[in-house]
Amino acid sequence: MLTSADLDTLLLTFKVASISTALMMVFGTPLAWWLARTDSAWKGIINAVVALPLVLPPTVLGFYLLVMMGPVGVIGEFTTWLGLGTLPFTFAGLVVASVLYSIPFVVQPLQAAFTTIGKLPLEAAATLRASPLDTFFSVVVPLAKPGFLTAIILGFTHTVGEFGVVLMVGGNIPDKTRVVSVQIYNHVEAMEYSEAHWLAGVLLVFSFVVLLVLYTVLKTQPVTHQLK
Amino acid sequence: MLLTTFSRAVILSVLLLAGQTSWSASVLVAVAANFSKPMTEIAAEFEKATGHTAKLSFGSTGKFVSQLEHGGPFEVLLSADGKAPQRLVESGLAVGNSQFTFAIGRLVLWSAKPGYVDDQGKILATGGFKHIALADPKLAPYGVAAVEVLKKQGLFEKLQPLFVQGENIAQTFQFVSTGNAPLGFIALSQVIENGKIAKGSSWIIPRDEYSPIRQDAVLMKKGAENPAAPALLDYLKSAPALAIIEKYGYDLPKK
Amino acid sequence: MTQLITVNFRLNYAEFQLDVNLQLPGSGVTVLFGHSGSGKTTLLRCIAGLQHAPQGFLEINGNLWQDSGQGLFLPTHKRSLGYVFQEANLFPHLTVAGNLRFGLKRIPKSSNTVDLQHILELLGIDHLLKRKPDCLSGGERQRVAIARALALNPEILLMDEPLASLDFKRKQEILPFLSRLNQELNIPVLYVTHSQQEVAQLADNLVIMADGKTIASGPLSETLSRLDVPLAHDREAASVWPVTVVEHEADYELTRVAFAGGMLSLPLVAAAIGTPLRVQIYARDVSIALEAPTATSILNVLPATITGITDDQGGLTVVRLQVGTQALMSHITRKSALLLNFQIGMAVYVQIKGVSILN
Repeated sequence: MLTSADLDTLLLTFKVASISTALMMVFGTPLAWWLARTDSAWKGIINAVVALPLVLPPTVLGFYLLVMMGPVGVIGEFTTWLGLGTLPFTFAGLVVASVLYSIPFVVQPLQAAFTTIGKLPLEAAATLRASPLDTFFSVVVPLAKPGFLTAIILGFTHTVGEFGVVLMVGGNIPDKTRVVSVQIYNHVEAMEYSEAHWLAGVLLVFSFVVLLVLYTVLKTQPVTHQLK
Repeated sequence: MLLTTFSRAVILSVLLLAGQTSWSASVLVAVAANFSKPMTEIAAEFEKATGHTAKLSFGSTGKFVSQLEHGGPFEVLLSADGKAPQRLVESGLAVGNSQFTFAIGRLVLWSAKPGYVDDQGKILATGGFKHIALADPKLAPYGVAAVEVLKKQGLFEKLQPLFVQGENIAQTFQFVSTGNAPLGFIALSQVIENGKIAKGSSWIIPRDEYSPIRQDAVLMKKGAENPAAPALLDYLKSAPALAIIEKYGYDLPKK
Repeated sequence: MTQLITVNFRLNYAEFQLDVNLQLPGSGVTVLFGHSGSGKTTLLRCIAGLQHAPQGFLEINGNLWQDSGQGLFLPTHKRSLGYVFQEANLFPHLTVAGNLRFGLKRIPKSSNTVDLQHILELLGIDHLLKRKPDCLSGGERQRVAIARALALNPEILLMDEPLASLDFKRKQEILPFLSRLNQELNIPVLYVTHSQQEVAQLADNLVIMADGKTIASGPLSETLSRLDVPLAHDREAASVWPVTVVEHEADYELTRVAFAGGMLSLPLVAAAIGTPLRVQIYARDVSIALEAPTATSILNVLPATITGITDDQGGLTVVRLQVGTQALMSHITRKSALLLNFQIGMAVYVQIKGVSILN
């Protein structure tokens, strides 16, 4: 059965994932919008940087975050200057790491959805007196709804499932940075297989249900809205 | 008679030489992360001395055990503790009488900053740090030893909220070496170079502050038929191997 | 207030230059005509503000929308215009009613004076309000798009080849709606097309474009018959006259119509006396005689004056004539032109073999 420590890690995990997903939507949406619309020479570079977490081994990413967010790292010096101290081993640090690690899962579906919409509906909206911001909320958001849902679900589940990065920057502190994937790993390492099975089962069922929703329910409303 | 003795010796050495080449084999070894540096050196010497090769995998003992219990291919385990080999023997996966202690780990309180940790470890009581790193005591014997030290000093309760725990001793070292944790309990072998601690500041914790960190080796049944496996275990007890182990700051098992 | 549209744009892309200086009447339908690549759509987009010509001056019936001289560029959403795209470009997530309401919600109440129901009936879409765009035919979608633009009661209606993506049948379905709209609503329309048929049927004024420049601009019949414009030399060259139904000759199944300078006989038209019509006379159907033919089967014989002659390749001569106040074109052979020694200013008679009704 799940112990109360296991439940704590589940709770913490959902807290990290919710906050990270919210932040990713806030920062990822304008970024994806810019990437979908721009002809800038920077587009390729930014696209590559955003996609890096997809190919970097998480522990590598985690190690570099540990170095950069540490007292002598660039980010660490900045956060210290701000009076926040260094981020590793804190809840905030975990959120920052999760955002960086999962951001491609948010930006890429949004970018694809925005690209699919094209410029025609935006022009139509402009000729119907809608300002650019108005257009974004009254036309782009409803047309890109499947993209937004995909982004939220993938961003959230990917953060729930992350392991390598939090292992590196988290420091395995109960109630603060010990998330469910680390807890499962600890159970396995400590040869507590039955506890590991229980927790892994919960994670598996959760992820499966969420992905099932993504691929069945949302399939009825595919991203490819062509304007006719 | 002399001739026959001589010819016998010749034939024997020819056979031995031939045998050595035809018997030279390769052994797959799972090595606890803390022992990676000395073992790399020992494996090189072992190959020179015997002609066998040792292929080394480094990782946490817990992970190796779960892999071995599910068909992992390792023929020899060099554990970070004595419990894991015991467990493998009991479950019948390892050869019963093959377990022995090859090294005794030394714990050190270390900081990447020079002059930060004093050679008495008084800083533990003084405090002034936000985090202190140690290996997860649930997973790593160095973590158990660290907890033991703190409890003996009466500082465990006070310092526990500051713990950041590495899942193994290598990760714990990264926490401290990147400065994210200003100090932490790690293995002496991780910071020693040519018999000296080269960087930062440290307190090499006296042996009587914690129970000895016995690191045991065991021969897996998978490796019993491979001549290179027992050969490697034998070599671990040889003088050249012991010299290397000692050089890296481990205590040697008593004869 | 002067009803005038002033359009000056200069724009320089690597492979395309636009250089347009136009004064257009602030009412009626002005058709921008030209081949693809002539810059007519670019011009329309610049007028809408969808494209920003770095050098430009644009004034619509007293409203200044762009003046690069003083750094003024009104963004599209602040211009009182209606725009109909080549593809209807309806919002797929909204119903027909939702699409119509989209713009209405965003204009001040005071300018919301359009009789939407009337527009819906005029366009024949009042039964489609609850449908989503993907449940409409191409023609229906385009009609909804037109209604959506008109609902805003705009200062000007801009239409970018609204029929180009439709097949012949759908075009025939919408063209009458467009003609009626123009007659019933008093909104100036700029209409982009490359179809001569649409020009003949809809235009009051015609702007002909080529290579990013305007090569002719003026009232329809005058511009159509300008000999310096390629249109007059086209095999399909035609004159378009506005006429009014005068009487029906039921026995002969004919209708008599009056134009500024005379009368014409047409095949019987089901239209009440006094109905305004638009007729098209192909240049190839017009022959010229020096004297009034006394015995001819052709009904429409009218006195005319020669106002222009050009000799074309292929033995063709294009003659421009004045009939009453209307311009008329005739395609005759070079041989006839020489034998009869046609000169500018000569009084002649034209025989019109066929007249087609456009609406």
